[in-house]
Amino acid sequence: MKIGVCIKSTPDTSSRIQINPGGEDLSDSGVKWATSPYDMFAIEEAVQTKEATGGEVILFSASHQDTSKEVRKALALGPDSAVCIKDDALAKADSLSFATSLAKAIEAEGCTLVFTGKRASDGNNIQVPAMVAELLGWPHVSFVTDFELDGESFKAVRAVGGGVEEVITGNLPVVITAERGLNSPRYAKLPMIVKAKKKPLAIKSLEDLGLTADDVAPIVTLNNYEPPAERGDCIILEGDAATTAKELVRRLREEAKVL
Amino acid sequence: MSGILVLAAHTGGTFKRTATELLGKGKELADTLGVPLFAAVLGDAPAADLGQFGASKVFQVAGDFSAYDTLHVTAALKAAVDTSGATVLLSSSDFTGADAMPRLTARFRTGQATECTDLRVEAGRVVGRRPTNGGKVSADVHVSKDPAIFTVRPSSFGQPVAGSGAAEVVAVALDFAGSGLTLVESRKPETTAVDLTEAERIVSGGRSLKSKESFDDVIRPLSAALNATTGASRAAVDAHFAGHDEQVGETGKTVNPVLYIACGISGQVQHLGGMRTSKVIVAINKDPEAPIFKHATYGIVDDLFDVIPALTAEVKAALS
Repeated sequence: MKIGVCIKSTPDTSSRIQINPGGEDLSDSGVKWATSPYDMFAIEEAVQTKEATGGEVILFSASHQDTSKEVRKALALGPDSAVCIKDDALAKADSLSFATSLAKAIEAEGCTLVFTGKRASDGNNIQVPAMVAELLGWPHVSFVTDFELDGESFKAVRAVGGGVEEVITGNLPVVITAERGLNSPRYAKLPMIVKAKKKPLAIKSLEDLGLTADDVAPIVTLNNYEPPAERGDCIILEGDAATTAKELVRRLREEAKVL
Repeated sequence: MSGILVLAAHTGGTFKRTATELLGKGKELADTLGVPLFAAVLGDAPAADLGQFGASKVFQVAGDFSAYDTLHVTAALKAAVDTSGATVLLSSSDFTGADAMPRLTARFRTGQATECTDLRVEAGRVVGRRPTNGGKVSADVHVSKDPAIFTVRPSSFGQPVAGSGAAEVVAVALDFAGSGLTLVESRKPETTAVDLTEAERIVSGGRSLKSKESFDDVIRPLSAALNATTGASRAAVDAHFAGHDEQVGETGKTVNPVLYIACGISGQVQHLGGMRTSKVIVAINKDPEAPIFKHATYGIVDDLFDVIPALTAEVKAALS
């Protein structure tokens, strides 16, 4: 069985995000790139599934940039190989552009189970995983906190909000999106890092996948970037606990009118 | 044909607050564009009542939607959009918005703007405004194809005033063969609090709470007194003071309440990303230099173990 994992290189969450002059796009300068945090749960789940049932794990990434450094790091966590889709036509890609590219590559490799993070930490769009499933004609299960595979059958627990968890059963193929709590991602140990250097990592263009720039032409565009609106100065309440507590309740009721 | 279609979410026949909120905003956008406002209702609910919020027609898809099935919901929404001829679809960024909407977007080969906090009309099209990159920046989102799909963070807009009038209900036929997935069990939590992402009031605790016991003894009573939902910082979740589903921030839930009380939370950029759009933010922290104060409306620089019990008592007295 071939298990795919879609991962995205995103600015490390501690990075400062800078807006280019004019606000038309974001600056890449000084950005430290890393695999998006939720994708780490997806990689771990794929590797654990392989360890339990056999098979191989293939990483997929799609970008206009070279992501091989982050992907190579991810290979040290246990996956067997990687396909990096790199094409200038993805420079302004929207979610459907990425999903179209990834679905094509997943199909070409013959995967029947795909894991990915529930959302990427840069665009926060929460779209690509469900779109990949739709384009492949597979079902998907979102926000999964527990996953078990038994032959071709799986059981997944998803977090649907409000603390409610639903247990879903079905058969492969399926796309699973990883929620926090699914597992505890391992750290790469030196022998794994050394071994990862020799693992196959294929860099493919859209043409290699049988796609053209038109197939990934973006429908969604973003502009007018701004830093979040600043708030007025914080009103610091003075006095002992009893005084500040009383004053806060008064202000929340009378001034802010939220109580 | 054109029009704005709002997915009017309901629980067992009672429309959610997000449904009326979106109809209110949808009506405003529809009037600006000079197009009709429609609603989509999945399953049994008093669809005609949505006329009170300006919907001229409600496209009601028959079937049992009580057990959520992604492919069933996607097929139903596809049918509602096709039957209505709507060019814009609005949904809450709730579980359906996150799970089924992108699938529907791909089925239409169109575009979607996720978790918008504002919508406006520009050059004859609806444009979304949304935070991105963990709330560190905001941007306009343009969708160049129809139907243009927007999911909206709960509480982004006010509630409309109900008028009079009934909407015309159009029955939408759906032939759905099944998804192959089975919902075998639904586990409800002990709490009855609303989900963080839909909560109007949130009380969050950080690592300064020191233990799960003190988190339970200090934060949760204030939360209960305010009829709020409890949240936590990543540090508090990692220390097991609170559950994974209670984490607010860039790698947790993104929230948009009217009132957010941050207790013993320093305000790291990842946490701010998840709660920055809250209308009123209260910060309670011993450290006057904590970054959270730069983003708060009201601040109390004091020991939370002294302030919060006093605050809980004041809230109880005020709301009783």
